[in-house]
Amino acid sequence: MNKIRKSLRTAIIDSGIKNGMTVSFHHHLRNGDFVMNMVMDEIANLGISNIRIAASSFFPVHGKLVRHIKTGTITSLDCNYMTGPLAEAVTNGMIDKPVMFRTHGGRPRAILEGSLKIDVAFIAAPSSDEMGNLNGVRGSSSCGSIGYTMADAQMAGKVIAVTDNLVAYPNGPVSIDETNVDYVVVVDSIGDPAGIVSGTTKVTRDPVGHVIARHAADVIEASGLLKDGISFQTGAGGASLATAHYLREKMVSGGIKGSFGMGGITGFFVDMLEDGLFEKLIDVQCFDLEAVRSIRENPNHLEVSASHYANPSAKSCAVDSLDVVVLGATEIDTDFNVNVLTDSSGNIMGGSGGHSDTARGAKLTIIVANLLRARLPIVVDRVTTKVTPGETVDVLVTERGIAVNPARVELMKSLKEKGLPVKNIVELKEMAEKMAGKPRKVAFTDRVIGIVEYRNGEIIDKVYQAVKE
Amino acid sequence: MGTNLLFVPGNNPAMVQNAGILGADTVIFDLEDAVSGEQKDAARKLLKMALESITYEGCETSVRINAMDTPYWEMDLKIVAEAGIDGLIIPKAEHGKDIERISDILDTIPGADGVFLIPLVESALGVENVYGIASSSKRVRGVFFGAEDYTADIGAVRTKGGEEILWARGRIVNGAAAAGVEAIDTPFTDVEDIEGLKKDTLFAKALGFDGKASVSPRHCGLIREIFYPGDEEIRYAIRVIDTVKEAEKTGKGVASMDGRMIDKPIVLRALKVLRAAGIKEDFRYE
Repeated sequence: MNKIRKSLRTAIIDSGIKNGMTVSFHHHLRNGDFVMNMVMDEIANLGISNIRIAASSFFPVHGKLVRHIKTGTITSLDCNYMTGPLAEAVTNGMIDKPVMFRTHGGRPRAILEGSLKIDVAFIAAPSSDEMGNLNGVRGSSSCGSIGYTMADAQMAGKVIAVTDNLVAYPNGPVSIDETNVDYVVVVDSIGDPAGIVSGTTKVTRDPVGHVIARHAADVIEASGLLKDGISFQTGAGGASLATAHYLREKMVSGGIKGSFGMGGITGFFVDMLEDGLFEKLIDVQCFDLEAVRSIRENPNHLEVSASHYANPSAKSCAVDSLDVVVLGATEIDTDFNVNVLTDSSGNIMGGSGGHSDTARGAKLTIIVANLLRARLPIVVDRVTTKVTPGETVDVLVTERGIAVNPARVELMKSLKEKGLPVKNIVELKEMAEKMAGKPRKVAFTDRVIGIVEYRNGEIIDKVYQAVKE
Repeated sequence: MGTNLLFVPGNNPAMVQNAGILGADTVIFDLEDAVSGEQKDAARKLLKMALESITYEGCETSVRINAMDTPYWEMDLKIVAEAGIDGLIIPKAEHGKDIERISDILDTIPGADGVFLIPLVESALGVENVYGIASSSKRVRGVFFGAEDYTADIGAVRTKGGEEILWARGRIVNGAAAAGVEAIDTPFTDVEDIEGLKKDTLFAKALGFDGKASVSPRHCGLIREIFYPGDEEIRYAIRVIDTVKEAEKTGKGVASMDGRMIDKPIVLRALKVLRAAGIKEDFRYE
């Protein structure tokens, strides 16, 4: 059997893509990805139209797809996260059908149960052999884990691996095996390493971020979860990673050894693994070169699929074993609902990713956010877009105080007993408004540009187009 | 006044807005060195608005006004005192009469009754006159040593070890103690060198300083940790003051605790501990 196709064009033709079909992509190459643009250019050249793209995420590099929306090649988008020019185009109403926004766990659920049917999956593969045994840990475009694409590989009608690093059979390690791959295409380059992962992810120097992070680490300690066996996840930016820094200090000084760190893995978590502060890392995506090196070399650094990570319909998934997650927010309302999809002007600039999955699974969900972002209060009466339900959020930590979900009576009592600056969330909102004023409300049209699907498939909100001023 | 004072550029809106939550006991909004000539007006306006609209809960606010040999200081003083400030840092303090003059101006500004002054002693002449400066006005709460300008003035090279400022540090502590006010040590300017900061701060405390200024929020926590009295120390100080108060009330000439006489140095030390811990205590040893 010969799975090698001499060009993307040939592979696309052989896969049988027709008008109205769904093609899928993963986002492990992040803003360095060449594959989605290359594939869509070829599909457009073949005159195929009315395509739905189901990508785990869209980055600024995918702004080139806007031209294919204008010509009708692309008519529908489905993703967990979206930023850059494509998000702007959607915000401006360029695409007729509302974008479906899912979660990192909700996407594999939908794929595996068949509600998101993928006709052809294109898998950017940093390393492949001629039969389609794939991994993300070797080659010049290494990205580490390729966990987001595993459900696609399993369920798509056809699977096309696109690689710039064809190795002798059999390739190893095997993240996606040949039993699921139909064709292999070799191209010059699948991505720009500078955009795929950063060199190292560093803890912020922002003093306000450190104030928030110190409080967040104190909350974890006061919750009683900071003990041997703790499992922990945090984002890679700002106060989130700084929280890991202070948690690390507490673990070292208390002689505490955690069970696992999860995420989005950065070099910071790799150091914690190598220093014995975690037994394992559970990794659905690598953020920096240190994480890529570690997942390649260290058997305790585990690559998992998005389904294993967070699929709510699976028999179990990793987020359900998580003790603590620290997450960000663009807005949080007085019922603790969180928006990470739109900004306060209604512009699309993100998405849940694993936000609502981990918030639901973790025993303690902490939102860290500046009470004022530029001049805007982060706490609002009602979030512009509800992405993570307030019932799954336990604590909001800001630089000016900590608000505890009133339903968490025991936690609130513990934080107060430890002398942490606990305030009512309405009090925090009023404090911010006193400093910055109450923002004027943005007006929205009736046009729906996005649908927010919760991880279990329930539609929990819609994104409306804002009235242009 | 507290144990750690943090400089914040007076023309940086984000820093001004968030100054109160960075871990300082006293924030020093800087209108002097951190602000260039053409930005002085804008920085004054920014500070006025901030002081009038932001609650700096849990920390005192002060402003380093421009030096008295510049055309800016009077406007600085007037605007921030009217806007509501806890204290003023007076740079390049060399004579007590200059501090008196500022004190007199404050006396004429409604609502400025409680504004304290911290002269910044940063020249050879200032160090010579430190006692006169420290005792020049009831508003003076402490004397602050500025080592960078001082070493330039005496022609020494500033080092991390600080041998060149040892004598001046001792004289500042002595002059402040003689006047009954606090001594505040110069900032440690290498933001990255936390070990160096620790060493320098421990040394300053050993010399008798009551607190230390910093130029980075990253230094606040460690300075506070070093200067802030421990729980045991605070409990002991409270017992000392309670005991002497009780002795006064019952007309006992001499107070004793745990079988030991409590004399003046012990009481003064206890008061200093409570002050450093931010515990208000009006007791005065007669």
